[in-house]
Amino acid sequence: MIDRDQVAHVAGLAKLQFTDQELTAFTKQMEDIMAMADQLNEVDVGDTTPLYQVTDLKNVFREDKPVLWQTRDQLLENVPEKQNGLIKVPSILDNGEGEA
Amino acid sequence: MSTDYLKTDITSLHDDLVNKKTTAAQLAADTLAAIDSKDKKTNAFITVAPEVAEKQAAAADEKGIGAADTLAGIPIALKDNIITNGVKTTAASKILNNFIPVYDATVATRLQQAGAVLVGKTNLDEFAMGSSTENSHYGNTHNAWALDRVPGGSSGGSAAAVAAGEVVAALGSDTGGSIRQPAAFNGIFGIKPTYGRVSRWGLIAFGSSLDQIGVLTRRVKDSAIVLQQIAGHDDNDDTSLPDPVPDYLAALDGNIKGMRIAIPEEYLGEGVAQGVRDVIEKAVDTLKKLGATVDTVSLPHTKYAVPTYYLIASSEASSNLQRFDGIRYGYRAEDVKNLEDVYVRSRSEGFGDEVKRRIMLGTFSLSAGFYDAYFNKAAKVRHLIQDDFTNVFADYDLIVGPTTPTPAFKIGEKVDDPVTMYMNDILTIPANLAGIPAASVPAGLVDGLPVGLQLMAKPLGEATIFKTADAFERTTEFYKQVPTAMKGDN
Repeated sequence: MIDRDQVAHVAGLAKLQFTDQELTAFTKQMEDIMAMADQLNEVDVGDTTPLYQVTDLKNVFREDKPVLWQTRDQLLENVPEKQNGLIKVPSILDNGEGEA
Repeated sequence: MSTDYLKTDITSLHDDLVNKKTTAAQLAADTLAAIDSKDKKTNAFITVAPEVAEKQAAAADEKGIGAADTLAGIPIALKDNIITNGVKTTAASKILNNFIPVYDATVATRLQQAGAVLVGKTNLDEFAMGSSTENSHYGNTHNAWALDRVPGGSSGGSAAAVAAGEVVAALGSDTGGSIRQPAAFNGIFGIKPTYGRVSRWGLIAFGSSLDQIGVLTRRVKDSAIVLQQIAGHDDNDDTSLPDPVPDYLAALDGNIKGMRIAIPEEYLGEGVAQGVRDVIEKAVDTLKKLGATVDTVSLPHTKYAVPTYYLIASSEASSNLQRFDGIRYGYRAEDVKNLEDVYVRSRSEGFGDEVKRRIMLGTFSLSAGFYDAYFNKAAKVRHLIQDDFTNVFADYDLIVGPTTPTPAFKIGEKVDDPVTMYMNDILTIPANLAGIPAASVPAGLVDGLPVGLQLMAKPLGEATIFKTADAFERTTEFYKQVPTAMKGDN
C-alpha cells in the first residue's frame, strides 16, 4: 500500500509538485495502480533471472572518433534563455522574493 | 481533390509517378488538400508542414522517379514523437510546445533518402503514454469510423489519418500496443517490428527496452514497402539489430498452405467481448481455409503482462523524462526563485496528469526499499512471459488472436480510471515485453466498429506476418470499405 506521505516523498524525488487536491487524487490512483502491481506477488518466479532487455547484443563498441555534427548555434537554438552563447539559469541559491 | 487515398495504394501511386500521370508536387498538393478537409473531423495532425512537403516533392520531381524508387514522391506522415529537423516536434506535450529539432530521426532521414515526402506530424498521447490519444495537449483525435469514439493510442493520429484517407502511410511507435491498438480501432494494418529492427535514434524515448517504430497503412503491401526502407542497423542506435533486412515483398505470394498457427486460450477469455470473439473465430476459419493449421495453445503468464509492463515501462519513463528540466529546450516556468524551482515548476506545469502518474509509479518502483519488490520482480515475470512465447514458437510459425478486448470506446469513457484504461492493452503488451514482431490486420466489424486480428511471430519474423496478413487481406478485402464517418467526403 502507498499512502499520501509516500506519494509526496516520491513527488519530491521526481521533481514534481502537487496541490493538496491533486495529491489526494494521485494518492487514490496510485493506490489502485499499486494494487494492480501487487498481483505480481502471486507469481512464483523461482530462480528466474530478470530480463532487462530483449536483444542478445552485448557490449556494442564503436571507434571513438569525433565527427562534425552540429554547430554551437544550432545546439543553442532551443534554449529558453541564453547570453553570450551560454545557457542562462537562475541563481542556484534562493534569491528570495522580489529580486531579479 | 484528385487523389483518393481510400481507393489507391503506394504501388498504384508509384506507377502513376513513373508513368508521369501525376507528379510528386501534385500528390503533395492533393494530400495537403485532403488533410485540410478531413482533419476538421479527425484532428489527426498536430502540425501540417506544407513548405517542407512542397520542397521535398519538388526535389523528388526534379531528381526524376524511376521504377526502383518505390517511395519517391509518396507523402507520409510521422507521429509527433519522431523528431524532424526544422519541423516542430511536441510529443503532444506542453513541455515541448516550442521545440524545433535541429536534426532528423534516422527513420526520417531514411524516408527522405528514399524520396518520400513529409507532410506533417500526427497527434498522440503525451509522450506516447496512453491508449486513446485523449492525453494530448493538442486536443482529442477522433475515430474515422465514429467521431464520438477514440482512435486508440498512442499512435491515434497516425491511425486516424490513414483510415480517413488523409495520407497513404504514417509512422507510429509502439511501446505496449501503440501501433496495433489504434490500427485495430480504425480498421487499418499496423505493424510493430521486432525490438531493434528499426532504429530508435530520434524517437523521443518512453520505455527504451520496449519502444519500437513501425508503420500504419491501409494495405499490407504498403506496410512492407515502407518497413523495407526504414528497417536495418543504425550506428546511432546501439540496440538496433545487425541482421540483414530480408525482401519483405517477396513474401507476399498469397500462399500460407501449411503455416502452423497457434491461438492462445488466454486471448479469447472472458475479458474479451463476444462480438470480438466471433469476428476472430471467423478470421481463424479463413486462415484454415487458406491452408493453415490452427491449434489452441497456452501463454500462461498473459494475465500478469499489464502490471509487469506498467512497472517496467514507467520505471524506464521516469528515468528518460528526467531530461525535461526547463534548461536546454522546451517549456521553462516563469517567475522562478532558484534553479530547483526551474526544475520542479517547469516539470509540474509542463507535463500532463498521465505522464506525471507514470513518472511517479516509475520513481516509486525504482526507489530504495521497493526496487526488488517491484521493478526487479517485474523484470523476472517479463522473463517468464518471454519464455511462454519461446515455448510456443518451438512448434508454431505464428500466434494469432484479437488485438484488443473490445472495439473503440467512447471519448471520455475511461479517461479518469487509469487501471481500466491500462487493462485495455492486455493483448498487445506481451509482444513488447518479449520483443517479438506483431501486427494488427482488419478482420471485420462489430456494431459498425472495426476489429483487428493480431499476428505475432518469432523475433525477425516480419516476413511471416506480412505473408499471412496479405493472404488474409486478399480474402477479406476489408480495405474496400470506407470508414463510416468519412462517407460522403470524397
